[in-house]
Amino acid sequence: MTGKNERELADLLRAAIAGDERCYSAFLDRVAGLVRAYARGKITHGGVDAEDVVQEVLLAIHLKRHTWLPEAPVLPWVYAIARFKLIDAFRRRGRRVEIDVDDIAETFAQPEVETVSERDIGRALEGLAPTQRSVVAAISVDGRSVEETARKFEMTETAVRVALHRGLAAIARRFGRE
Amino acid sequence: MNTQDLIRAMAADTRRQALPLGTAWRVAMGLALVLAGAVFALALGPRPDALASLETARFVFKFVVTLALAASAFVLLRRLVRPGEAARAPLGWLLTGPLLLIAAVGLELLAVPSSDWAERLIGVNARVCLTFIPLIGAAPLVVFLAVLRHGAPTRPALAGAVAGLLAGGMAGAFYAAHCPDDSPLFVATWYSLAIAGLAVAGAVLAPRLARW
Repeated sequence: MTGKNERELADLLRAAIAGDERCYSAFLDRVAGLVRAYARGKITHGGVDAEDVVQEVLLAIHLKRHTWLPEAPVLPWVYAIARFKLIDAFRRRGRRVEIDVDDIAETFAQPEVETVSERDIGRALEGLAPTQRSVVAAISVDGRSVEETARKFEMTETAVRVALHRGLAAIARRFGRE
Repeated sequence: MNTQDLIRAMAADTRRQALPLGTAWRVAMGLALVLAGAVFALALGPRPDALASLETARFVFKFVVTLALAASAFVLLRRLVRPGEAARAPLGWLLTGPLLLIAAVGLELLAVPSSDWAERLIGVNARVCLTFIPLIGAAPLVVFLAVLRHGAPTRPALAGAVAGLLAGGMAGAFYAAHCPDDSPLFVATWYSLAIAGLAVAGAVLAPRLARW
């Protein structure tokens, strides 16, 4: 089962890198499930929110996907990022933690779904420059396409893409500081 | 923003691709060589008998050992910027340079009477060595730290230290063409100290500069 998971995820990520948005979406969705299960398993006391870790890991995967070699296995890459970010999150909360590099246990973890909580929609967007914030919100929260967003704000599609990318990078940086 | 919203935003950003790491490394190595070479040429330049000295084993060995260190550090560093590969990076390769150096020191101790050991170890140029290896290696170290920042080192301090060894090995090879001290005893003492300084600088700077 793990082998199948690995193959499917690697295929999805390869297609995503070639530019397929749907495959990328599917990849991130499945990875979110795995990372959520991993984070919930490792966070035994409070202080660190598992869903924050999931989002931070997804952003890191997104911004660092060029560090994956298309012929390399994808799950060890994903879990190495997840482990790094989880340790970072614990450290920011002032906890000392040791997390084993236990790939076997991790890869057999069942994916888990996000529990719907009252997450503050604005929180991640707060620190962004105004243009970035409107573009990221239009695409993520309102679910508009890049074309629709460009029309709505009377921007070029290129400008929308740039604002979106910079906005995501800024959110990732904010996670690292909180 | 919930996780599904975030995934939607990232999917819309699919087409934007970062510079591949292979390209980043090629650019970085080229840039590091040019910068190190420029500092070397402006500040020191090769010693007058550098070409003729290529026939002496001790002179040539200085390049062998520094380049062996740089090569092993480079191979390792390429892995340390990729998550998932960093954990099983073959650190043992780094021993190539030090082991060569230990062997050369052994041969030197056999070849040279013990009354000359101290003189050869101290040499004439220790201060220049301690000054210029870090100076020549500083710009390459900055370049390599920029690659670490572009990559995703999960062991940033280690990656920074190895970046320092790579910069130091490179700087040592340039500096070797200038330095009149060829004894492995000198190299083992002063080159090692200077290169270790760059490694420490890398280990301290990388976790700060290469945050991701």
